[in-house]
Amino acid sequence: MHIVVCIKQVPDSAHIRVHPVTNTIMRQGVPAIINPYDLFAIEAALRLKDRLGGHVTVMSMGPTQAEPALRKAISLGCDDAILVTDRVFAGADTLATSYVLASAIRTLGQERPVDLVFTGKQTIDGDTAQVGPGIARRLDMQLLTYVSRIVEVDPAKRSIVVERRAEGGVQVLQTALPALVTMLEGSNEVRFASTPDMFRAVRATVRHWDRNDAGIEDIKQVGLKGSPTIVSRVFGPTPRAEKARQVPFDPADPDSTAASLLEQLLADVPKVRKELEQRRSPS
Amino acid sequence: MTATPPAKPIKKRKIKLDEHLLAYRGVWVFIENERGHVHPVSWELMGQGRQLAEQLQVELCAVVMGAPGAELDALCESAFHYGADRCYRVASPVLRLYRNEPFTQALTGLVNAHKPEILLLGATALGRDLAGSVATTLKTGLTADCTELAIDPEDRCLLSTRPTFGGSLLCTIVTLNYRPQMATVRHRVMPMPEPQPERRGLIVDFDPGLVEDNVVTRLLEFLPDSQDNTPHLPYAEIVVSGGKGLGKAENFRLVWALADVLGAEVGATRAAIHAGWISADRQVGQTGKTVRPALYIAAGISGAIQHRVGMEASDCIIAINSDPNAPIFDFAHYGIVGDCVQVLPALTRAFARHLGKPVKEIA
Amino acid sequence: MSEKFDVIVVGAGPAGNAAAYTLARAGLSVLQIERGEYPGSKNVQGAILYADALERLIPDFRESAPLERHIVEQRMWVLDEESYIGGHYRSAEFARPPHNRYTIVRARFDKWFSDQVQKAGALLLCETTVKALLRDAQGKVIGVEVERDEGRIYADAVVLADGANSLVATRAGLREDIRAEHAALAVKEVIFLPREAIDARFNLTGQEGAVIEMVGGITHRMLGTGFLYTNKDSISIGIGCMLSDLKRQRLSPVELLEGMKAHPAIAPLIAGGEPREYAAHLIPEGGYDALPQLYGDGWMLVGDSAGFVNAMHREGSNLAMTTGQLAAETLIELFRDKQPATAANLARYRSRLDASFVMKDLKKYRRLPGTLERHRQFLADYPALLNQAAHTMIRVDGVDKRRKEKEILDAFRERRSLLGLLGDAFRLWRATR
Ligand SMILES: Cc1cc2nc3c(=O)[nH]c(=O)nc-3n(C[C@H](O)[C@H](O)[C@H](O)COP(=O)(O)OP(=O)(O)OC[C@H]3O[C@@H](n4cnc5c(N)ncnc54)[C@H](O)[C@@H]3O)c2cc1C
Ligand SMILES: Cc1cc2nc3c(=O)[nH]c(=O)nc-3n(C[C@H](O)[C@H](O)[C@H](O)COP(=O)(O)OP(=O)(O)OC[C@H]3O[C@@H](n4cnc5c(N)ncnc54)[C@H](O)[C@@H]3O)c2cc1C
Ligand SMILES: Nc1ncnc2c1ncn2[C@@H]1O[C@H](COP(=O)(O)O)[C@@H](O)[C@H]1O
Repeated sequence: MHIVVCIKQVPDSAHIRVHPVTNTIMRQGVPAIINPYDLFAIEAALRLKDRLGGHVTVMSMGPTQAEPALRKAISLGCDDAILVTDRVFAGADTLATSYVLASAIRTLGQERPVDLVFTGKQTIDGDTAQVGPGIARRLDMQLLTYVSRIVEVDPAKRSIVVERRAEGGVQVLQTALPALVTMLEGSNEVRFASTPDMFRAVRATVRHWDRNDAGIEDIKQVGLKGSPTIVSRVFGPTPRAEKARQVPFDPADPDSTAASLLEQLLADVPKVRKELEQRRSPS
Repeated sequence: MTATPPAKPIKKRKIKLDEHLLAYRGVWVFIENERGHVHPVSWELMGQGRQLAEQLQVELCAVVMGAPGAELDALCESAFHYGADRCYRVASPVLRLYRNEPFTQALTGLVNAHKPEILLLGATALGRDLAGSVATTLKTGLTADCTELAIDPEDRCLLSTRPTFGGSLLCTIVTLNYRPQMATVRHRVMPMPEPQPERRGLIVDFDPGLVEDNVVTRLLEFLPDSQDNTPHLPYAEIVVSGGKGLGKAENFRLVWALADVLGAEVGATRAAIHAGWISADRQVGQTGKTVRPALYIAAGISGAIQHRVGMEASDCIIAINSDPNAPIFDFAHYGIVGDCVQVLPALTRAFARHLGKPVKEIA
Repeated sequence: MSEKFDVIVVGAGPAGNAAAYTLARAGLSVLQIERGEYPGSKNVQGAILYADALERLIPDFRESAPLERHIVEQRMWVLDEESYIGGHYRSAEFARPPHNRYTIVRARFDKWFSDQVQKAGALLLCETTVKALLRDAQGKVIGVEVERDEGRIYADAVVLADGANSLVATRAGLREDIRAEHAALAVKEVIFLPREAIDARFNLTGQEGAVIEMVGGITHRMLGTGFLYTNKDSISIGIGCMLSDLKRQRLSPVELLEGMKAHPAIAPLIAGGEPREYAAHLIPEGGYDALPQLYGDGWMLVGDSAGFVNAMHREGSNLAMTTGQLAAETLIELFRDKQPATAANLARYRSRLDASFVMKDLKKYRRLPGTLERHRQFLADYPALLNQAAHTMIRVDGVDKRRKEKEILDAFRERRSLLGLLGDAFRLWRATR
């Protein structure tokens, strides 16, 4: 089994600030982390490897600063890491990203055929959930999105069974390898690396692939040029004109606060009054 | 979420459509139906699609896919009621239940045959699975999880607005020289239109040419969520939500008690869920559910942007927070600065009395 | 199969980085262990960097280090409830390169510094916490144990640069727990403001920065100081007081910081800003007399973990870097001469320290904390009196100047007798010699 996991390094959105005037993201000092959903993808791949043996390659398209993310993936147990990095990849939207990653996976497949590709459900910066489906389409792989559990993989029969979160229930799907799986959050607990694993990770070589190494055929399909969508403007959410109307609270007498709030609601908000009316006990 | 006008556009875009793309016309909405149930986001999109189509002076078309039969035909009728001028009916036994591969083939084929300029889907598990595959096959742009759609009158471009960077910012995205312009749209951000039962339209059949034996993926089983446990948050008219400020797991019962008296659904912040106080399907916010009730009561919730985007469309928001500077007071309608452990039981008593329900003592 | 190194350095703050950098450059095999996700991840705040200590390690650091602003103006404020009196020192010389001090954001600076350390050849394990020291039968430290599976790692010497709390050293019995009267608890907030606003409010251009050091009413008679630094597009503001005082007065540092931010002289400087990072941290301020044993068989303490902080001048990171470098140089010499890192041999670290500014400065101020601690008038009465004096003199109200002078002197005498005033002057002079 050869499993490829696509991961992305993203700014920790808990630390993101927006410049109040220019409305641009202030990246200074914002820590970069592995996209949280991708950790579940890594873990799912490693569990399969634990069970069936094989080789797990982590891959990321991004700037050279993304290397620590790949190293961390190695410390968790991945065997090999490839950073697909080239100036021309900058400014890519999901279509162009999936083109580059698909090309790189195809090239990697010449070294060692790829049976499964894992991605996260979505990233926390782009938040599109489109790159996984895009890669699958381009590699003509079967696509399994929002997977909450890998039920079974049979390398001999080249089949995989998964549980997929759908509206109102869970689909149990069976398909043929090679397939691409996007993993749902919380679908498994991420492991903790041992000391020897940490040493292996800091000493590992992360391969850097440029457009030639990645086997990019059509340079017009990468980066900004290869991206049909463009961001035409960025802005902050509008603050509401007025702040909340404060209902004074006295810890010694919470009931009068509640009564005064209720009174205001009934007087000022017809929709709430209507809802409450419907809920009155018939007595 | 409404938007402030831009300081200035990042750059003026130049549209230069290829000759063959000029023929693309019309606004399409993919009607998502599974097991005889139409996802409401599809009807919400019809409402929005109507406005876009009128602005562009083109037809609004619904795309209905599934196994042939009365159910599918009834769906087309409903699509007309919700505003469609035309309905593309793609019937095949292979499309009885959703699978990525045949649906992608069918929808891609339909687009290539009838050339819409805009194609909208719900940002659901199904919609995002399908949209990503179709857009890649068509090599066109796709904007995910939008909260606002508009048309640029100057160049007929679809302006898709969506939260980004965890909701800290909004961005407007356009698809330049490619057609159709695709977007998935979040559930519950656009109002549900009133159906007009007398409306009729034109049905156009499309044969996707699918053969079951060529489809690799099989659906072995469908395990439905047990009906009684799943919260109906998106549709609740009253929601009581608790956050990290409740302090400990036991205090969540104060939220349940108030919800009980009000006949409300219970929601929570991600922080409360991470603390293990309540199950994950009750999360409200960017990575949880979007709600738009008449009344939203937020107890011990700071009002982080990721939570806010999921609940700020509520008609009336009451915030209880011990910190007068908590961001939630910036967008709540009523605020109580105080300890929610004291305030919640008082509210429960007040509402119980008002509604004529027995006042259970919750110490 | 466990790993063995020449030296293990615990911690990747300024002290650990300086030590590891120096050791690795000398060709020793160095392992550095940091518990944070990456160096600096636990140190979100801004701070002052004194160029000198870093220059001795990395002479051309200015070319690549993430520096915020160079300081051109130093303000010293003595605050009362509603006012302050103070001095501003600004010099065109400070504005000319090479600059003497900078504001930095620790998260980014520590990361940069650590990159240099790794380029020099040291190996760094992050997200890894040292939980104990390993010793041989004779009690010599021979390595560390980390909080991961198979966590024993060996080395000929261990340099502890794990900061003020140094749990590793305390647990191993190498030093006592830091005492409340020897530690200040500082809280700090980073407030985001557009750089144009900062430039305008502090009269700065380009990369220039300003610093305000504050004493007086804001600490509520506790031993402590407040500060404000300008970063590129944020302001670091904080206040620290002795832990023993905070305990006694049952005040939380957060309350102090909020009070300080609301002071009429400070509020306008930060108005409209968005508070983002908040951090509380201990500063070992016991000074010379509180220094623990600094080395032993197989181990050395550097930086905050040894208590190398000059509280009077708010210097810490430079002492940390210098002591890290001195410890490393001691080890390099031992390795070169093929001598073991025994306590006897490591005594050379102490001699190096004694010869450096670190020990000389700490000795100079050894009495100061005690003096201030015993004589609270320095903390509250004088700030109030000075402010009142300024107010009296500056206000034009028909009262003649001679009478005003007398009023001021009377006020001083009333609160501190003449003898008291003389005594105070003497105490302050003695404490800082
Ligand atoms: C990618 C991403 C996606 C996210 N998605 C979501 C999402 O979908 N939904 C979501 O909710 N969050 C989401 N978050 C998390 C979000 O950023 C916040 O961390 C979270 O909403 C905070 O929850 P909270 O308000 O319960 O907790 P806190 O921020 O800890 O706030 C607790 C509040 O309670 C108040 N309080 C404390 N004690 C009391 C008391 N006794 N009485 C009254 N008030 C008290 C405090 O003043 C404080 O304001 C996401 C984060 C990321 C990075
Ligand atoms: C609010 C405040 C403001 C200050 N302002 C200034 C200033 O303006 N200028 C100045 O020069 N100094 C200032 N100082 C002092 C200065 O920050 C310290 O003196 C300096 O950081 C000490 O460096 P260090 O390397 O010894 O310790 P630290 O910087 O504390 O580094 C210790 C490192 O060890 C790691 N660590 C701890 N335990 C373990 C473990 N068990 N295993 C692995 N890793 C561990 C920690 O994560 C940390 O990265 C200030 C201090 C404070 C608190
Ligand atoms: N630049 C990238 N490099 C590697 N994998 C990526 C990249 N961008 C996205 N992915 C993968 O695609 C998934 C979905 O991303 P997104 O479509 O951006 O939400 C992520 O969880 C990653 O697994």
